[in-house]
Amino acid sequence: MGSITLKGVRKSFGAHDIIKGADLEIKDGSFVVFVGPSGCGKTTLLRMIAGLEDVSGGAIMIDGANVVDVPPAKRGLSMVFQSYALYPHMSVRGNIAFGLKMAGLPKAEIDKKVEDAAAILNLTNYLERKPRELSGGQRQRVAIGRAIVREPKAFLFDEPLSNLDAALRVQMRLELTRLQRQLGTTAIYVTHDQVEAMTMADQIVVLSAGKIEQSGSPLDLYERPDNLFVAGFIGSPKMNFITGRLAEEKGAKTIGIRPEHLGVNKQSQGWVGKVAVAEHLGADTFLYVDVPEIGTPTARCSGEMAVKVGDSVGLVPDETRLHRFDGDGKAIR
Amino acid sequence: MATQQTKTIGRLLLSPAVALLLFWMIVPLAMTIYFSTLNYNLLNPGMETFVWFENFTYFVTDPAFMASVQNTLVLVGSVLAITIILGVAVALLLDQDMFGQGFVRIMVIAPFFVMPTVSALVWKNLLMHPVSGLFAWIAGIFGVTPIDWFTDMPLFSIILIVSWQWLPFAALILLTALQSLDEEQKEAAVMDGAGPVSIFFYITLPHLARPITVVILIETIFLLTVFAEIFVTTGGGPGTQTTNLAFLIYSKALLQYDVGGASAGGLIAVVIANIVAFFLVRIVGRNLEA
Repeated sequence: MGSITLKGVRKSFGAHDIIKGADLEIKDGSFVVFVGPSGCGKTTLLRMIAGLEDVSGGAIMIDGANVVDVPPAKRGLSMVFQSYALYPHMSVRGNIAFGLKMAGLPKAEIDKKVEDAAAILNLTNYLERKPRELSGGQRQRVAIGRAIVREPKAFLFDEPLSNLDAALRVQMRLELTRLQRQLGTTAIYVTHDQVEAMTMADQIVVLSAGKIEQSGSPLDLYERPDNLFVAGFIGSPKMNFITGRLAEEKGAKTIGIRPEHLGVNKQSQGWVGKVAVAEHLGADTFLYVDVPEIGTPTARCSGEMAVKVGDSVGLVPDETRLHRFDGDGKAIR
Repeated sequence: MATQQTKTIGRLLLSPAVALLLFWMIVPLAMTIYFSTLNYNLLNPGMETFVWFENFTYFVTDPAFMASVQNTLVLVGSVLAITIILGVAVALLLDQDMFGQGFVRIMVIAPFFVMPTVSALVWKNLLMHPVSGLFAWIAGIFGVTPIDWFTDMPLFSIILIVSWQWLPFAALILLTALQSLDEEQKEAAVMDGAGPVSIFFYITLPHLARPITVVILIETIFLLTVFAEIFVTTGGGPGTQTTNLAFLIYSKALLQYDVGGASAGGLIAVVIANIVAFFLVRIVGRNLEA
């Protein structure tokens, strides 16, 4: 119950292709995150799965059945929108119950399901309030309540946390992940925030310009990116890319090394340069070092290391963690 | 700007305008109240006598008075019902994407810019005329006896004309409200399994509650004083079938030259308008609270 397969799914407006053929396998009960820069088509792809956008070609299979021509309500999916899209004139109870009411369930059953959902989401005391009387986090929970009460085959989340402040976002991230594990329902989650993707997903799908660049577990993508785009997108701060003589020595067009895999020393070993900017985060310090011939790579060192702007430091790359890419940006393994 | 000085200057500069407006309002009101207590007929100038409240008694006990109150309420109520129901329908249609959208919208709004006397004349002579009117011609095609609108159903004819004038106003306000309806809300309802009818009643109509209230309040103010359409088409007749309060007061003052009676009628109209406004705000006003 709840496996979703995309086979060559395409979407085009006239001659302009938005989604250029997406193939994807989503296992039942997994938490899949679509991540990519804005305009990469991740929301469009989600809306196509939901049935809110027409599909120009290919097949979307839910539990083995092609649903391309099935109306949204009949696909058995529920969606949490970025704006929450709560019905403003209905109480929290009315909002959560709406889908069940449309399905024509008896009143007693609706009440029971609504109250169960409210209990899971800590909304029991707010059932009679209107959405405008709730805080951002509570509205978010109502939107989730509306989704879970219908016991769908899969949840679709369209950047649901982007309207919350940073602290609440971290908290809701945890709650969402826990809730999804507890219910065991497949979830597809769209975000542009790679931290959200890394922390929440069983499987991350990286999209760029309407194409699936790579799909896999978070650590898989972190350790073995298929191409330059994924290498640059996953990980914070970004991976350092070096071209030219140094790369050619390694037999690649571009080499990449993550800031955390650059060892910083004061003995001028390895690549030597001057610290241009030092960002002290407490536990870690990120150094932006001007190295002749290489550019300004970022390096991570321990917060205890006393480094000031203008200091001369040496950077030693961890050779086992070096990523090599060919002229097309593909990884060489 | 909230210093003592700016406040004082503000009041000082504002006072001439306020004084002028007050004067403009107080003098006619005082004169109307004064005239309403006189036996004052233009046919007998200089013979005014003070009669206390007799004018009010005469006006209220006049059989035309109750008829006119009833006509006024029927006219206002029917036009409101027609313009709101059709207005919602027209707004829903105009909200759809279609070819020539801008042109169609301008055409729909056009009747609102036609002055009442002109539109009444157009309806009377070109559309509803029992011999040469368009409706009579259509009836002729089907071999039906043409309806003599202003004789057989005079009040309904007036209602039609006034509704035609006010429909664009309602449609326009409701259309702008429809355009502000969040698309994601409709999509959420679709995902929840709501069909077009359910979406209309559960999402669209509640969203329109506030603009509908605004339309009702604004239209009521203007519909209580409909005059030109009646004056041009039926002249209040046959009998008093199309006489509303505004027309009754006009006929007292300028057909019967009874200034005292007309003044009393004017004051009664003010009271009735306030009663209507009171109930209206009680009934629909809570929609306006944020």
